[in-house]
Formats: sequence, structure tokens, C-alpha cells
Amino acid sequence: MKRVIELTINGSAYDVVISPQDLLIDVLRQKLDLTGTKKGCGQGDCGTCTVLIDGRRALACLTLAIACEGRQILTIEGMEKHGVLHPIQQAFIDKGAIQCGYCTPGMVLSAKALLDEHPAPTEHEIKLGISGNLCRCTGYVKIVEAVRDAAARLQAAADCGKGA
Amino acid sequence: MSGNGRQFNVVGKSVPRVEGADKVRGKAVFTDDMRLPGMVHGKLKHATVAHGRIVSIDVERARQVPGVLAVITGEECAKPYSVNNYKPSEWPLAKGKVVYCGEAVAAVAAMDEAAAERAVELIDVQYEELPVLLDPREALSRDDARIHDWAEHNIGYEGVQQFGDVDDTLEKSPHVVENSFYSSYTHCGFLEPQSTLADYNTGTGLLTVYTCNQLPHYLQQTIARTLDQRMEKIRVVIPTVGGAFGGKTEATPSCLVACMLSRQLGRPVKITYTREEVFHQNKGRHPAHMTMKMGFDNEGRITALDFDCLLDGGGHSSWGFVVMWFIAALTHLPYKLPVVRYKGKRVYTNKPTPGAQRCLGGVQVRMAFESMLDMGAAKVGVNPYDIRMINAVEAGYKGPTVIEVRHAEFKKCLESVASRSGFVEKYGKLPYGRGIGMAGGHYSTGGAFLLYPSFRPHSTAQLRVDTEAGVTLYIGATAIGQGAMTVLCQMVAEELGVDYREVHLVCQDTMLAPMDNGTYDSRLTYGSGHAIKNAAADIKAKLFDVAAIMVGAGKDHLECVNGEIRSIYEPNRKVAFKKAVYQYLSSVGPLFGTGEYTPPQPKGDYDGKLIGPSPAFGFTAQAAEVEVDLETGQIKVVGYWEAGDCGKAINPMSVEGQVEGAISMGLGATFFEEMVVDANGRMLNPNFHDYKMPTALDMPELQTEIVASYDPTSAYGNKEVGEGPVGPVIPAILNAVYDAIGIRFTEVPLKPEKVLWALGTIEAPAERRLHVSSESTYCARRGCAPDGSSLQEP
Repeated sequence: MKRVIELTINGSAYDVVISPQDLLIDVLRQKLDLTGTKKGCGQGDCGTCTVLIDGRRALACLTLAIACEGRQILTIEGMEKHGVLHPIQQAFIDKGAIQCGYCTPGMVLSAKALLDEHPAPTEHEIKLGISGNLCRCTGYVKIVEAVRDAAARLQAAADCGKGA
Repeated sequence: MSGNGRQFNVVGKSVPRVEGADKVRGKAVFTDDMRLPGMVHGKLKHATVAHGRIVSIDVERARQVPGVLAVITGEECAKPYSVNNYKPSEWPLAKGKVVYCGEAVAAVAAMDEAAAERAVELIDVQYEELPVLLDPREALSRDDARIHDWAEHNIGYEGVQQFGDVDDTLEKSPHVVENSFYSSYTHCGFLEPQSTLADYNTGTGLLTVYTCNQLPHYLQQTIARTLDQRMEKIRVVIPTVGGAFGGKTEATPSCLVACMLSRQLGRPVKITYTREEVFHQNKGRHPAHMTMKMGFDNEGRITALDFDCLLDGGGHSSWGFVVMWFIAALTHLPYKLPVVRYKGKRVYTNKPTPGAQRCLGGVQVRMAFESMLDMGAAKVGVNPYDIRMINAVEAGYKGPTVIEVRHAEFKKCLESVASRSGFVEKYGKLPYGRGIGMAGGHYSTGGAFLLYPSFRPHSTAQLRVDTEAGVTLYIGATAIGQGAMTVLCQMVAEELGVDYREVHLVCQDTMLAPMDNGTYDSRLTYGSGHAIKNAAADIKAKLFDVAAIMVGAGKDHLECVNGEIRSIYEPNRKVAFKKAVYQYLSSVGPLFGTGEYTPPQPKGDYDGKLIGPSPAFGFTAQAAEVEVDLETGQIKVVGYWEAGDCGKAINPMSVEGQVEGAISMGLGATFFEEMVVDANGRMLNPNFHDYKMPTALDMPELQTEIVASYDPTSAYGNKEVGEGPVGPVIPAILNAVYDAIGIRFTEVPLKPEKVLWALGTIEAPAERRLHVSSESTYCARRGCAPDGSSLQEP
């Protein structure tokens, strides 16, 4: 049975008609044109569909849309604020952490979940934090560097905020 | 001095990607992100047997599903295809028979994906099952069970290359080593599944195809030939490509089927593969059964090589004959090889078809060759580093083939990894269980001949300069994640003195951009570089006529720097670039420049000579230090060093990324990656859960270095970088494992159970014939390790 639910995505409310078996990935991509979230395997193995639900990492290809009612969903489209990239996004560009770009949205969101929880992660924590996201292009070296750099940027911004 | 010497303003800088912001915001559009008005969805029906005659296909129930618009089968397909149209065997939808499990046999177009999926399930296909051949060695002996009627003994291609008297030279060589190797069945593993959105316009007859492919102009030809559609009525547009690694060099059945369905329905049709379909489509690396016999003189110089290579070709032709000859060609570098015999065969089997995977041919050769070098070094009594230095090629090297090395800094690469890793100090002296290994490699920078028979330029660049769009480059190049767009913009910026971010790029569109041979064989940056430099010279020749008068200096004395055109001798004599352009447009007219490039065409007279010669070769050397856990069989890479000669690095940050990515692909193949089929030919691991690729946690620390280098034959001194570094990874690890435990593994992936089988800790299953050998020199060199007694005899 189809029904209308309200989803809160990147701070905006959307009314969507869904079937109970509809997956979040398909609702995002096909019904809402939020195509920044990628489908790499559809089986929860590659991490390209990573989004944050109530601040926690979730795989949109394994998540039923209906289960997301009343929860805060963050997709890659919600990372940029007023045309300014999030420091994690900027670090990915500056450090050369992007090649084909297919893993990038999921990777950035995994990095955000990690840094929200561990603002000063060790190298191992960074690798662990992104280990659910496959990247076939980079060998991860520059992605790890970018996450480390993003942590420093966020820390500097936080320190600056305290001083003010 | 812009482009004339080794001093550059933009080239050589680690600038961020031009498309980086789009990708990091999720705004880069990949094919499956696209939707067109009236678009419907296509879905393929796949074979459930690996080898069978199609007795009947009943599509009636599928047609009855609400929302279904069309159902087609192989009967509607006009022609088969293959790379270069050489022994075409593959149909958009199988016709008559299927040759691997997962091959597409029918297709549906429907209003939504769910209806298409339901309809596909209701298609009933009956097969008469035929013998399933999974091992090329068996397939060779089964002429009674031909996979393709025209392929005797299931041989797709075979050939011999012989230079000098191999038997006699080996006979007279003081040291000879021999071994057999098996390289595994790996998959490209790009994260973006292939997707095609075909849009046939019934009014104009134009078929527009949006798809992720590395060779848009070649795809256009394949579509034209296979679907009987005129070239001028096909436009191939490549949206952002989510990784390719060679696996997206061919047309997919889904692409051709989407075109057929769109033409039939007169509306846009999209087909996106599931991950399982991507694995079945495959077109990854060819598994190779290789035997090498190599002779050495008393100093360690290679005297001769006898090389037999049997390739498992899977069900279809694909890149088969190119791979077979490329393996032959790649044998001749990066070491001097005076006498050689190569016998190659590519045999059909009932498995998903291997095609082209990054470092095509190089991974197989390097695995065997670099292992043989270490065996030879032990026999001759020299260090593995020394034997590589003794045999390494240098600029100007020309062996027995038509392959010429016009520039090389391979020795610098070897020196760099040896000193940074402490190779000579560590080799043979680390505690038992720990070892260090080394390997070298190279790759071509584009072939000398076009993929399809034609004598036109391989690369073409058109530049348009005006006040409306500024500087626009029209080029047939395709970016697949390697950073092509950025380096092409850097080159234009270098020539015209503008900001690289201001250059507009029109590419990946067969209607808007001029013909290009495609993104493969690491040819893009070199070929495009020449074409861009020539196009910019054309622009400058025109523009400087006007600028010279404005500046008050001779036109031969001008250069473009920082948005200005100025005198080389009196930099204060200058005019703003934009002002000169405005003046030119007003007084002369439109400003266009064209440039092209075709590699030198070598002459030779032997089979397979067309494949291998290249205008330039990139080189790499790598060293790995490993620790083998004798209880669990786990191998840990505790150190990894690489040094590469890619000529001048146009964008060093991108070069590092390419090398790091290449090594991670090599490590995946060394330790985990292998597609597995059961006895009936059904793939057991067509998913990322069971086909393991490296995660961040699996990667050791990589220490890469770009050695100082400049290839004077290249427009900007640059050469190949993206493929060669995959090759040495497997043998560097195999050689390190040998140094650690005295067991020479000759097959990959090197899983822990194989280590334990080889150590004798656990018993190998009876049906499992492990490729390993050991050399008596190991114990002698180490003064016999305490566990030496557990070493197996060859």
C-alpha cells in the first residue's frame, strides 16, 4: 500500500509517496532528485550510498525510507552552507583526495560522522572511520590526509570561535 | 619560457582538480543520475547456464505485464561485435547460444524498473546444455565442444614471436632458471556500475547515447556497425565516469540494447547494471598460465628468454588478441632482452570474459619476469638489486623488436627504492619470517597505431579564443577519474598565459569534440599534450600578428604569461591578452587554432609488431618489506617504497594519486582479489562482499617518489604514469615472501591458507595444486634458517 510520509532531509521537509518496501537510496535519487548519494552495489558493501541519519552513518541502500520518518537525514547536498563548502569538502579538494568522485559523497559523510565523534582522530581511527567506504582510485592515502587536514581545520575554527 | 624549455608556470604545479568542487558537492552528473522527459527503464534477462544452445525464448507472459513497452531477444540483433571487429563473437543479446553464465539473452523496456524486473522474471528460456569448459588447458583439448564453431580447439588467437636462437643461447648459458606461474582472474572494480541512457529522436533520426565509456569515438563506431546506424546519426556523450580502469573501454550489451529499445520506442531508455551484472560483464584481467625459461651469463646479464603464455579468454573475443600481443611486447622492457621466443595463445572458456584492466598485459609479465630475475640472481650469486641494475634499459635502447626507448630514467628509480628501503642491507639478513623484495616495471604511453584501421591523427585539439567564452578547448579526451581535465587545462593555461581554472573544456562528446583514439594505454596526456601545444601555436601565430603591433615588438619575440602578451626581451612591452584578442576579433575575425598528434610509425616485419611500440615509456621500481605470521599465514606489508619516472609530472599531486591507486589495485590482486566460478561456471562472488578489494585498513604506508625526469620527445616532458605501477606489486611481494620464508609462490592471490599449505602447517586439499617452488640457494644464502627443514622440494 502506498502512503505519504514526511522526510526531513538536509533540514527541509519533503512529502513523498512511498511503498513500504522502498529503499531510502531510491527515494532520494529517483523521487527527490538528490542524486549526490550514489548506488555502487545495492548490497551494503561499498559505502557510496552513505548518509547520516540523526548524525549516525547509515547505508541508504539498506535503509527503508519508511523507517526514516521523524528523523534527520543528512546527504551530501546538505554539507555546503550558503555556497560555502564544508571544511571536509574543501580539504578533499585541496589534498587531492578526489579522483573519479564516485565514492566521494559517501566518503565525506563518513568523515563527518567520524570527526563529529572524534575531533582529533588517530591515523588508525581515520582508517577505521572510512573503512566501510571503498575507493578504487586513490589507495586512500590522500583521503586519509584530507580527513586529518579537515580535523585540523575544524579544530582551528572551533578554537577561533572560543576566542571570539 | 612557455613550453619551449623546462621552465613552466602552470605545468608541474600540484593544482586542485577543476571538477573537484562538483564531485565533492555531489553535483557531478554520472549517467545514472540523468533523467530525460518520457524516459523509460530497460532490464536484461541473463543466461542461467554457462554453455548452451538457446532452444526457445517465450516472452509472451513478459509482454502481458502492465507497463511493459517492449521485449526483445537476440533475433532482433543485426551483427556481433568485438574490439577492432576482429573475430566478433559478442551480440547485444545472445543469438543461438550462450557461452557464459550471466550473458544477456533478452531485454525489456517498461514504464518503471519494478515492471521491467517482473517482466524479465517471466521470460522463459529453454537451453540445451553443452559441456562447460572452465580451464583453458582443458578447453584446448576439447575440439568436440567448441565454444564458437569457428574456433578450432577453442583457440581465439595464437602467435609466435622469435628473436634470435633461443634454444642454442639457453644451451650455452651458464645459468638457466625455469618456472611456471598463474596470474589470477581479477575484476576492474570501478564503483560506478555501467549505465546507458539512449535517446533516439524520431524526428531527426539522431541517436544520442549518454554512457560511461572510455572510448566515445570508438563506441560510436561499434554502435554504428552493430546496429546499422549511420555514424553521423549517432552522438555519444560521456557524463562523469565513476572509475573505469580499462573495464569501460568496450560497448556493454546494455548500452547497445538501450539503443535498440530507444530506437524501437522513440523515447529515452535507461539501463543501469546491478553490481552482479557488472561482475558478469567483467572485462577485467586475463588470467594467464605462464612458463618461463631464462638464461644468464656469469655477471647476471640475461642471455635469453623462452616464454609460453596461455590466456584464459572467457566466453568472448574482447581485447583478447591485443592482450596476447601486448604481453609479448611488454616482455622486452624494462630490461635488455637480446634473444627471446614468445608463444601466446588465447583460448575461449565458459566464463565471464576478461578484457582490459589497468596495466593490461604488464601485470602477468611482471609477476613471472621479476620472480625469474630473483631466481636468476640467486643462481648467479648476485643481489636482486644488482641484477636489475645490470639489465636495466637506458635512453636510446633498442632491442631486437621495433620497440625503441627514446627516454628512460629506470635506473634512477631502482637506485631510489633501493636506498630508501635499505634493500641491500636488509635482503637476506632479516629474521626468518620477515623479508624484503624488489621489482621493476614500465608501461607504454599510447600505441603507435590506431585502435581502428585509419591513418588519421590519434589526438586532435581545437582552441577557440574570444571575448564571449574566453579560452575554450575542444578535445576528444575522456576523463575517467585520472585527472585528465585538470592537466589539459594546465597545458592550455601554460601556453596562453591564462588561469587554468578559466579554460573551458568541451570534451566527452563525439558531436562537439574532434575525434580522439580514446582513454587507454596511458596515451592521453602525451598525445593531447602535443595536440594542445600545436593548437596553441596556431592561435599564437595568428594572435601575435596583431599583438606585435600593439606591443611594438617582433612577433617572434612574444610570449603569453599571466594574462599578458609581452616581449621576451623587454617584459615591460606588453598588452593584456584579452585586449589583444578583442583587437584580433575586431580587425581580423574569429580566432581558432587546431593541433594534432600522431605517434611515430615504426616499421617491422613480424607477427604482432603493431602492438607494443610507443613514443615513450614510463618506468617504476618498487620494494616491499613483509612479515609472515607463521601461525596464521597472514602476510603483513610493513613497508612499501616506489619510485617512478613519468617524465615531467604535469600535476604532481595527481601523479601521486595515480601511483597510490595503482599500488592499491596491485595489492588487492596480490592478497585478495579473485573471481571464483563453480563447476557449472556460475560465479560465486559477483559482489563486493565476497570479491574483496582493499579498504583503508588494508593499505600499508606507501612511500612514493617522482624521480627528476624530462622526456624531450614529449610536449611538456611528460610520459605514462597511471598503469605501469600496478605491475611490480605482485612480484615485489612474492620476492619479499621468498626472502622471508624461502617459499617461492608462483600464483596469486596469496591467501593465508596457501601460506599454511606451503609451510606444511595444514594439509592442502587434494584437488588443489598449489603453484609454489623452492630453490636450494635459499638455505645456503641464509646459512640455513632454523625452519629450513620445512621447505618443500620443487
